[in-house]
Amino acid sequence: MSLWYFTEEEKELQKVCRQFARQELAPRAEKLDHDEKFNLEAFRKMGEIGVLGITADPDFGGAGMGTLGATIVMEEFGRACASSTLSYLAHSILCVNNIQNNASEKQKEKYLPKLISGEHIGCMGMSEPEYGSDAVGMQTRAVKKGDHYEISGTKMWITNAQYADVAYLYTRTGEEKKNLSTFIVEKGTPGFSVGKPIHKMGMRASPTGELVFDKAKVPLENLVGKEGDSIYHMMKNLEIERITISGISLGIAQACVDQCLKYANERKQFGKTLGQFQLIQKMLAEMSSETDMMRHYLYNVAKEYDMGNKGPVKAAQVKLTIPKMVTKIALDAIQLHGGYGYSREFPLERYMRDNKLNEIGAGTNEVMIMIIAKNLLQELSHS
Amino acid sequence: MKSQYSELIGPLTKFRKNKIDPHVEEDDKNEHFRLELYQELGALGFCGMVLNEEFEGLGLGYQEFCEVLKELAKSSVSYAVTISVSTMVQAMIEKYGNQKQKLKYLPELTSGQAIAAFALSEAGSGSDAAALKTTATKTDGGYLLSGSKMWITSGGVAETYLVMARTGEAGAKGISAFLVKKGSPGFSFGKKESKMGWKVSPTRELVFENCFVSEENLLGSLGQGFSIAMDALDRGRITIGAIAAGLSARAIEESLKYSLIRKQFGQNIFDFQGIQFMLSEMETESQASWLVVKEAARLYDQHEPFQKFACMAKLKATDVAMKVTTDAVQILGGVGYTTEYPVERLMRDAKVLQIVEGTNQIQKVVIARNLKKEIQG
Repeated sequence: MSLWYFTEEEKELQKVCRQFARQELAPRAEKLDHDEKFNLEAFRKMGEIGVLGITADPDFGGAGMGTLGATIVMEEFGRACASSTLSYLAHSILCVNNIQNNASEKQKEKYLPKLISGEHIGCMGMSEPEYGSDAVGMQTRAVKKGDHYEISGTKMWITNAQYADVAYLYTRTGEEKKNLSTFIVEKGTPGFSVGKPIHKMGMRASPTGELVFDKAKVPLENLVGKEGDSIYHMMKNLEIERITISGISLGIAQACVDQCLKYANERKQFGKTLGQFQLIQKMLAEMSSETDMMRHYLYNVAKEYDMGNKGPVKAAQVKLTIPKMVTKIALDAIQLHGGYGYSREFPLERYMRDNKLNEIGAGTNEVMIMIIAKNLLQELSHS
Repeated sequence: MKSQYSELIGPLTKFRKNKIDPHVEEDDKNEHFRLELYQELGALGFCGMVLNEEFEGLGLGYQEFCEVLKELAKSSVSYAVTISVSTMVQAMIEKYGNQKQKLKYLPELTSGQAIAAFALSEAGSGSDAAALKTTATKTDGGYLLSGSKMWITSGGVAETYLVMARTGEAGAKGISAFLVKKGSPGFSFGKKESKMGWKVSPTRELVFENCFVSEENLLGSLGQGFSIAMDALDRGRITIGAIAAGLSARAIEESLKYSLIRKQFGQNIFDFQGIQFMLSEMETESQASWLVVKEAARLYDQHEPFQKFACMAKLKATDVAMKVTTDAVQILGGVGYTTEYPVERLMRDAKVLQIVEGTNQIQKVVIARNLKKEIQG
């Protein structure tokens, strides 16, 4: 469903993504989840339909759209295969959008075209084994050594790690907590390797791994911006990440509603269709109302965001409320399908497993609570 | 009960930590059930403990049985469920069977050498079990079974199946219960279900194609099958509640341990109020639901009406297990989502408890029916 304020371009994007999801993502979602396989073929094709650089400058092949456009892609793809969508997010929002917003023209010219065409895959390195919620405390260090930087440390839970040609990497370059700097690191850089794959409950078609830096030699020109520049960029990109990842949850919620309506209309028990029982009607009515509510809320925040009404609170609020609500919806969707819902013949159990990640990735619910409360209280004391 | 408790639970805790835990992740991944582990549990006396000593049971009550299932479920819901279902069938044979049937079927089940399964659900009749379509047609000296049964716990690995089939009119009164052995001509296994959780316990379709069973295989009387099934499920509900309580206890233990070693922002995450609130709510809900389970078991052991409490125990304990295991994944964060830690498995295992032995929606229907009966007399 498109909302009244969608532009023609956004409506068209929605149509194209919906069709793509139906043809390229949905048919393989179950098998890829089971086998923990990445849909590389579909990823390359995302380049062909022009969404891999959804927010990037058209000069480099990007679509030049905003947060709203990116959210549309997330919802439509997420409805068919959330884990492929998560990999898409890591590429287009965590890597490409960051390069677009923070890198030099020269760096953009070098990296964006191939990332946007789908020839290259991108990832981002922020979390570390000991620094998850407390990401700013990261210990991966970059030290300037003449004509290059030497980077050492380990990044954890990195989406697309095993497939990435380019990593957008946050490092520590000073003793103060906020002394963070960013590098673009290419696959094959001496001293840079990928650690073991991480097996997960859900999002299994989206590869997750470790990035290991052992005195990796990174050229000076790969530093993004200036040393110590990164904290602000990092926080800013987390905002669009939190809005767009909530789009994946919205897609999952819609998929639950679609499947539940269909099943409640077909399945008969006690001589009636399930839809004729009030208990089932309650579930259907609640999950569809909540999904609609989330859609209006999310796109509204995305739209305002594009109009300049930004800030960490709005993004954190979206991320705190939507994924949590969708886990509940997905659990109810399994429940409505009973034994079938628990089996892998139906997609509901995958929806639930996939969505749980969205309460953890891009900042846990608990971190969202801290951000929202801290900022609101600060605003109050400053007013 | 106190001394029996430590006599029972001490060895069980040791067993689950030494024998089950080392393989549990791998077996979950490969959907691998180990019959030898089940048989070892049998040798320890756990596979038919509520049966009378005459049939090699321990003659214990459901209160002790629930303690055992709770403890076992901390390591593996799958083995706990296998025991729970097998014991449920044994109890039905003990209650409704004749002496010959008891002697024929019980010893190998009660000793844990073999497993029993319960076959009620069909593809078209889950919650609406009385609408089942598998038929048992009278023939010379017995019956011919035709039809198929879905989502059968221990399907394929069990030796004895308690099968509900239609011998008469439509509805509940036309259903009879039959004991069918694996290997009977005309009885085969359909596809094995691939599931979200409970992966170690095999769930499989049973297929009957003119499978002959003699008169001697009829349990209870003709037309009594549905009431036997409902009687079985009432007890099964208590045990599912106990298993859910074990799952919650393990999830809380893992969350607590992790919160005391994981440091973020310069302190253990346990020291954040957000985490303390979650842990306290998890523990309170979990203990409260366990008390309902224990009360249902006590009522049953004292031969008092227990159906309402059995349903409430199942409803509450499994809803709590779902919430608590979900929160445990949340507290462990990124690592909680990986298979390196057990909490994601606990969460996947919890969901099915809200579905089996009557979905939680069906529990509500039965509880309401009891409430109405209580007030109308």
